[in-house]
Amino acid sequence: MITSTLLIIAQAVLVPALSPLCIGIIRKTKAVMQNRIGASIFQPYRDLNKLFHKDEVVSTDATFIFRAAPFIVFATTLVVAVSIPLLGTFIPHLGTSDLLAVLYTLALGTFFLALGGIDVGGPFGGFGASREMTLASLAEAGLLLSLFAVARIAGTTDLISIPHALLALTHPALLTAALAFFGFFVALLVENARYPFDNPATHLELTMVHEAMLIEYSGKRLGLMEWAAANKLFIFIVLGANLFFPWGVAATLTARTIALSLGLLFVKAFFFCFAIAFLESTVAKLRLFRLPDLLLLSFIASCVAIIFTL
Amino acid sequence: MFSLLAKIARTPNTVIPTAAFIDTDTELQAVGAQLEKKIQKLFRGSLAIRQVDVGSDNAAEQECIALGNAYYDVERFGVHFVASTKHADMLMVTGPVSRNSRAALIRAYETTPDPKIIVAVGDDAIDGGIFKGSYAIEGGVSSVIPVDFNIPGDPPSPKDMICHLLRILGAVEEKNGGNPGVHPSPQPSPREGRGGNTPKGRNAAK
Amino acid sequence: MTTFILSQTGFVSLFAIFATGAIGALLLSRSDAAANWWGNLFAIIGSLWGIALGAAALAGNQTLSYSTTPILSPLPALDFSIDNLSALFILLISSIALLASVYALEYVKHFYGRYSIGALGFFYNLFIASMLLVVTASNAIVFLMVWELMSLTSYFLVIYDRAEKKNTQAGLQYFAMMQLGTIFVAGAFILLYHFTGSFDFDAMRATAFQIPTLWQGVIFFAALIGFGIKSGIVPLHIWLPDAHPAAPSHVSALMSGVMIKTGIYMLIRVLVDFFPMPPLWWGVVVLAVGAISSVLGVLYALTEHNLKRLLAYHSIENIGIILLGLGSALMFSSLSMPALAALALAASLFHTINHATFKSLLFLGAGSVISKTHTDNIEEYGGLAHRMPQTALFFLVGSMAISALPPFNGFFSEWLTFQSLFAGINSGVSSLTVSAFLLAAGALALTGGLALACFVKAFGVTFLARPRSPHAEHAKESGFFMQVGMGTLALSTLALGIFSGKVAGILQTISASFFAPVDAPALVAHTAALSVQHGFASVSGVALFALIAIALFITFVASTYGVYRRQRVVLGRTWDCGAPLTPRMELTATGFSRTIIMIFKRVLRPQLHVAATYAEGNTYAPISRTAEFSVTDIFREYLYQPAAALTLKVSELIKQIQSGNINAYFLYTFLALIGILCMTLI
Repeated sequence: MITSTLLIIAQAVLVPALSPLCIGIIRKTKAVMQNRIGASIFQPYRDLNKLFHKDEVVSTDATFIFRAAPFIVFATTLVVAVSIPLLGTFIPHLGTSDLLAVLYTLALGTFFLALGGIDVGGPFGGFGASREMTLASLAEAGLLLSLFAVARIAGTTDLISIPHALLALTHPALLTAALAFFGFFVALLVENARYPFDNPATHLELTMVHEAMLIEYSGKRLGLMEWAAANKLFIFIVLGANLFFPWGVAATLTARTIALSLGLLFVKAFFFCFAIAFLESTVAKLRLFRLPDLLLLSFIASCVAIIFTL
Repeated sequence: MFSLLAKIARTPNTVIPTAAFIDTDTELQAVGAQLEKKIQKLFRGSLAIRQVDVGSDNAAEQECIALGNAYYDVERFGVHFVASTKHADMLMVTGPVSRNSRAALIRAYETTPDPKIIVAVGDDAIDGGIFKGSYAIEGGVSSVIPVDFNIPGDPPSPKDMICHLLRILGAVEEKNGGNPGVHPSPQPSPREGRGGNTPKGRNAAK
Repeated sequence: MTTFILSQTGFVSLFAIFATGAIGALLLSRSDAAANWWGNLFAIIGSLWGIALGAAALAGNQTLSYSTTPILSPLPALDFSIDNLSALFILLISSIALLASVYALEYVKHFYGRYSIGALGFFYNLFIASMLLVVTASNAIVFLMVWELMSLTSYFLVIYDRAEKKNTQAGLQYFAMMQLGTIFVAGAFILLYHFTGSFDFDAMRATAFQIPTLWQGVIFFAALIGFGIKSGIVPLHIWLPDAHPAAPSHVSALMSGVMIKTGIYMLIRVLVDFFPMPPLWWGVVVLAVGAISSVLGVLYALTEHNLKRLLAYHSIENIGIILLGLGSALMFSSLSMPALAALALAASLFHTINHATFKSLLFLGAGSVISKTHTDNIEEYGGLAHRMPQTALFFLVGSMAISALPPFNGFFSEWLTFQSLFAGINSGVSSLTVSAFLLAAGALALTGGLALACFVKAFGVTFLARPRSPHAEHAKESGFFMQVGMGTLALSTLALGIFSGKVAGILQTISASFFAPVDAPALVAHTAALSVQHGFASVSGVALFALIAIALFITFVASTYGVYRRQRVVLGRTWDCGAPLTPRMELTATGFSRTIIMIFKRVLRPQLHVAATYAEGNTYAPISRTAEFSVTDIFREYLYQPAAALTLKVSELIKQIQSGNINAYFLYTFLALIGILCMTLI
């Protein structure tokens, strides 16, 4: 009982603690590829610290949605944080780690993010919400089916149990996993507003998707929104690392296995961050009407992956 | 793509070292009240700048843009530019405040959350510069909103801007172990015609 | 008490209550307020009785039958029976009718002085009574009578607000489609009578499996089309988006929430109950129809700017999702997997209940908004969350439920539907069935995403930002009864979500009765959790709700009080880049959905008409330009209008017979007589 509670708290604390580091690594890699030094990898922590110490300016047009949305978005990332195999497959199953439950809990966050963007009645939040919902609705099928492909191989849709089940297989289904991973990676890019779907560092409102919805937030609410976005990226990276490359995921609660599991997770996450930063430095952002083609490709790859599991 | 990667690998790192910005004798022009130590420490870790153009001839903006390039690389000091005034800690105002942009500047000032720092960049923004006395301008940012610091120059070079920024943030003091090097000299600020905007609690957050 | 409710007297008194309400309202029609209160009060009492009846019948878990001997011999015996499925639907219809009637106590005031409130009370009570009769009829003739009664009373309710021409046209179209549906339904029942020799449902259930396969197929299509028209499947849905906005909002809530579900009830009765071993292609056809209805329903909903038409298209989408569950059940039944068939049917029933709850909530909310702003165009709303905060909150809950967001009920029924589709993929019988399930799962995922987008638009443009028109600026919150109606539905969506385990368990017991008995049911439901297929998947409603609430609390407390307590929140302006913000600068619903419409332009066929008016003789500087962005309704253009044109052409041809010449008519009579004589000789 106490161990379970401690494990839950540990995961709920670990995800927000480590997610700004991912963002920092991505920015640092991009800076190095641009021949600059760039900010340190701990800069996002300082940014968040500063934001939490600032006042807020809230528009008079804003309703309770605008004020509540950052808390809801952050809370959904915390709920998902305790439902993913971060420390290992021994964490307690609370009934929220089903793949559909995780995806729709994240969708709850997206819903309030988009509504918060529309709420202030500025021109940017509205079209940011429109684009975000277009991309999110088209991406959902590919993401769901790619995770389902892995669930089929593992024999369970419970995300926490999948890595252990995959390691226990005698015949690893590499082609299926590769195709499903492609589908998943495209969904990771679109859900976290990365290239080629969105530019997280742009200042041109006409090119924004995610940033446009945050444009009216300030102070602690902005801090919560940025942190929630970082959490979501980290959650997707953990899922991508531990579900598709399950080697080293701890199955038992001992210090050695956890240390090995976390260490390997850091290595895998570093590769993911490097891959995202690499994409952002070499590939151009695609035009909005080209993106559904890419999302359809993700869906087809996931479908083919499922067909290969038969 | 491979040629791009090869080029990235081949190009040498040309970033100007931090020492070049700290060892000069730049004098800080502090126009408003002294910046609180706690706020200085907070912003030293992370500063979000919003660049506001109120009728500028784009000379100062070009220099601001150059701050982010591979030579000056202001991001390594924790400074980054943001797209919205609500995200900003510092407003870098350029231009002599044309009459039509007066209301816009006041709105930008009001929507920036406290604590904030207002910096007038360039001679135009300080008192009108080469446009001083023109019928089409208000005559310097300080005649519209309360300014904290000036960065003189027409336009100020990126090196000057970074020197001033580091001194505003107290990074020089920190580096020199509490010794500011050159004492900032407060100058009286002309505040007529500001339109009755006296915000309370600015820079008072602890 | 329970025995009295379940007895024949109790059953008859249920309808007596509604009859009293109907006739009394009509007699009191001179006084609007009296007619309103009488009609709705009796509807409330009748609904409470219906809830008691449904609950008692479900708890008793046995089939009850009532029948009366006919007074005059040609009339059939009035046979009614309540098995678990009927009891569930009685409970559902009564609950929604109860809350709609409470809402109507105040909403109908909006019609005082314009139309006869007595007539509204009359048809409303008869409508609810006829729906209850439809789900309990156990004789084909009785069924057809009450089915027609339901269509007729709802027709009068649709055309109630007859000052608007489009309402009467919508009513006529609705009536025509209902008659078309009744023809197909009657055809199906006549065929069943022909092969089983009886109109009684019990007899049909016992002997329907002996019907030759070809005729079984014909009955299948007749039933699917006939009941599908009532449910609003694509391409038979053409009446739905016009009829639901025309009716008063509490009636729309009933029509969309429960009336179209009676079509689903009969589909389950005929396809699942009568035929224990259906061919595989039945399930595939229903699955395909469900997938197409759900995707097309939500795509057309995205194009709508009339709030009630948008909600009507979402009903089509959700009927599609219910049919996905039903189609899976049929497929599992033909593949001899009764455990999975029970699971799929339970998913279908759960979504039926959930949709009834949240769709009624949304329609009642829409009614609240429309009655206060006097317009139904979303583009004229805005900022209503400041002016109508409770309606906004309830509409938000409805939007979250319909978008399948945890912890509300929509998520759990979609979860179950997904699980039945996943079970189909896992069963791996043949590549064709697996592909069918896979594509259905993809369609369901796409639908869920698009529904979320559509409700961001609907809720956002209606309630958030600034008012876009004077209508919205002067709106005020609705009164007590309307809020009670909406609030109770909102609470029940949350309750159904948290206790989804319990509810799903009950539904599986109900659905398992239609299939062969199994040792290990596919769904293991505890109070706190649902678990499917020996632990392949499990989810817990209680855990989701608790975790979200705890996380929200911790986040709020930690960020507000934990870091920097003296933070101030200053009220300021929206960042407008320095230019004053007008309502024209806000997001419009057209703008929001335009991207998705352009992505799906092959299906939706958007059209842009640009016109300009010029001054006299000057073609260079126009006085005004209009740009009209519209979406083609491909069903109306390529299916219904050609069919209507063909019908008219055939009627023109047949009209030739009516030459007006009496000698020709004598010739026709003579030929008919010769024909009959020949037929008797052969």
